[in-house]
Amino acid sequence: MSAPGAGSGVVVVGGGQAGFSVVQALRGAGYEGPVTVFTDEPRLPYQRPPLSKKAHTEPEGLGVDLVPETFYRERDIDLRLGEYVAAIDTAACAVTTGSGERVPYEHLVLATGARNRPLPVPGAELSGVHALRSLDDALAIGRALTTARDVVVVGGGFIGLELAQVARARGANVTVVELADRLLSRAVSPQLQEHLRQRHERDGIRIHTGTAVERIEGKGGQVCQVLTGQGPLPADLVVYGIGAAPRDELARDAGLAVDDGVVVDEQLRSVSDPRVFAVGDCARHPHPHADGLVRLESVQNAIDQGALVGRRIAGGAAGPYESLPWFWSDQGPVKLQIAGLRASTDEVRVVPGDTPERLAAYAFRDERLVAVETLNWPAEHLAARRLLQQDPPVSPADLAGATLGALARARRTKEVRA
Amino acid sequence: MPIVIFELPDGTQRKVTADAGTVLMQAAVSNGVDGIVAECGGNASCATCHVYVDERHGELVGPPNDVEDEMLDFTAAERRPTSRLSCQVQVSDALDGLVVHIPEEQV
Ligand SMILES: Cc1cc2nc3c(=O)[nH]c(=O)nc-3n(C[C@H](O)[C@H](O)[C@H](O)COP(=O)(O)OP(=O)(O)OC[C@H]3O[C@@H](n4cnc5c(N)ncnc54)[C@H](O)[C@@H]3O)c2cc1C
Ligand code: FES
Repeated sequence: MSAPGAGSGVVVVGGGQAGFSVVQALRGAGYEGPVTVFTDEPRLPYQRPPLSKKAHTEPEGLGVDLVPETFYRERDIDLRLGEYVAAIDTAACAVTTGSGERVPYEHLVLATGARNRPLPVPGAELSGVHALRSLDDALAIGRALTTARDVVVVGGGFIGLELAQVARARGANVTVVELADRLLSRAVSPQLQEHLRQRHERDGIRIHTGTAVERIEGKGGQVCQVLTGQGPLPADLVVYGIGAAPRDELARDAGLAVDDGVVVDEQLRSVSDPRVFAVGDCARHPHPHADGLVRLESVQNAIDQGALVGRRIAGGAAGPYESLPWFWSDQGPVKLQIAGLRASTDEVRVVPGDTPERLAAYAFRDERLVAVETLNWPAEHLAARRLLQQDPPVSPADLAGATLGALARARRTKEVRA
Repeated sequence: MPIVIFELPDGTQRKVTADAGTVLMQAAVSNGVDGIVAECGGNASCATCHVYVDERHGELVGPPNDVEDEMLDFTAAERRPTSRLSCQVQVSDALDGLVVHIPEEQV
């Protein structure tokens, strides 16, 4: 008797950035077995970054498309849009869909992403209060912004600050309310937090840090004000972005190890079942640049993890997952980019760039460069990505008075001469 | 609509139709051309959409813009005189028949 699921191919749960990357890599690496993608959103896989960086009332304006439908058809990928996977039977190697269909798998890839944390205050259900994750959320916000005068953004993270700038550019009065004492409190170094705050305030965005939202009030079911620890704020649109939680409940119900994400090994396989992989926002994984396990929410992470698993299943070369993490966030006129993983104990050195708009923050641990944050300086960001992946590591002395760009150029010249 | 040819490092060619008014990267991605990763979706943030414009067409396509020019110094594959980031190349009917080469590495 053959093993359960043998010959039944790959089932991917979740058609977002990571799920798309899995199937692209599978077929790209010549995998010929059946490939099925279940995704509960009723539309082709799309990218989320534009959702918080632009405002539109029609999908075309946002430019979120990854690839057209023909891409899947030509590659014989069975894309099951609007279909939810309700359960996994790891013993029998099969999933059950929301409509009760049982689909066997030889390899299962969980690419279920994350969901927004709900805003835990009275009034969050009022009309005019929005979370931002899906295309539909973005279009609803885009429509609201055509008339909104007073916008309150709850949460001073990446998505909140991006959206605050979008709303401000439309001429709305914008207030960002953040519970922590600083913006982007864990995401960027303290030096950059202060710098970014000043930039946004200069653009006329009001920022209340250390401030709790207590309740949201409405008139006739429509939001009209937000009560905060610092008093009421008028509001005809409220957008909140207070973090996300991994969609790991399917894995948990199936008895797979989860710990704020599906726990996987350096091959991105579930530590509980070698036939199950997890990639993207839903995966908690080891990384050579981290102490312990990490769960990252970024396009780079989704693409690189998906590609690795696709290649591995196809039987191609694939070592452990060790791609250098990187991230970007466009906050109005500010392009923030991060390369590497920073810890709160790192020593950070901030260096002005060659124009007033540019800035870099270099984070060192044990005398070696581990992460670089840049503002409006893509070239320095790219140089950081090159150098963080090369030996020897960059030491504080290497950077005395120099940029990473200059250092990368110098090292390259040396290589060519050698 | 202009036809653009992407030549992969192994010499195979992919002929695709590009839409005037979009960018070259989009034509590659929509047609599943391998080797154009485009992580940032065309945002001039990632340099994973690097191409070498065929020397015959270098002038037709023109030089990189300032930000792109700086970024091209740090692409994964070496920079060459006709290097461009394909998300910064606007497609027009004038580009019909364009040949671009895809580098060995993007990330
Ligand atoms: C507004 C916004 C802006 C962002 N901006 C940036 C940015 O500028 N830069 C950056 O690097 N990252 C950004 N990100 C993060 C980035 O988009 C995510 O890290 C990335 O989309 C993760 O990909 P994923 O495939 O893991 O998850 P997702 O893209 O979320 O896809 C998961 C999919 O799985 C589906 N699904 C879940 N469970 C099931 C189930 N049981 N059955 C069927 N389908 C299911 C979901 O509906 C969803 O469609 C942003 C995110 C958001 C929300
Ligand atoms: S797609 Fe990222 S720079 Fe071109």
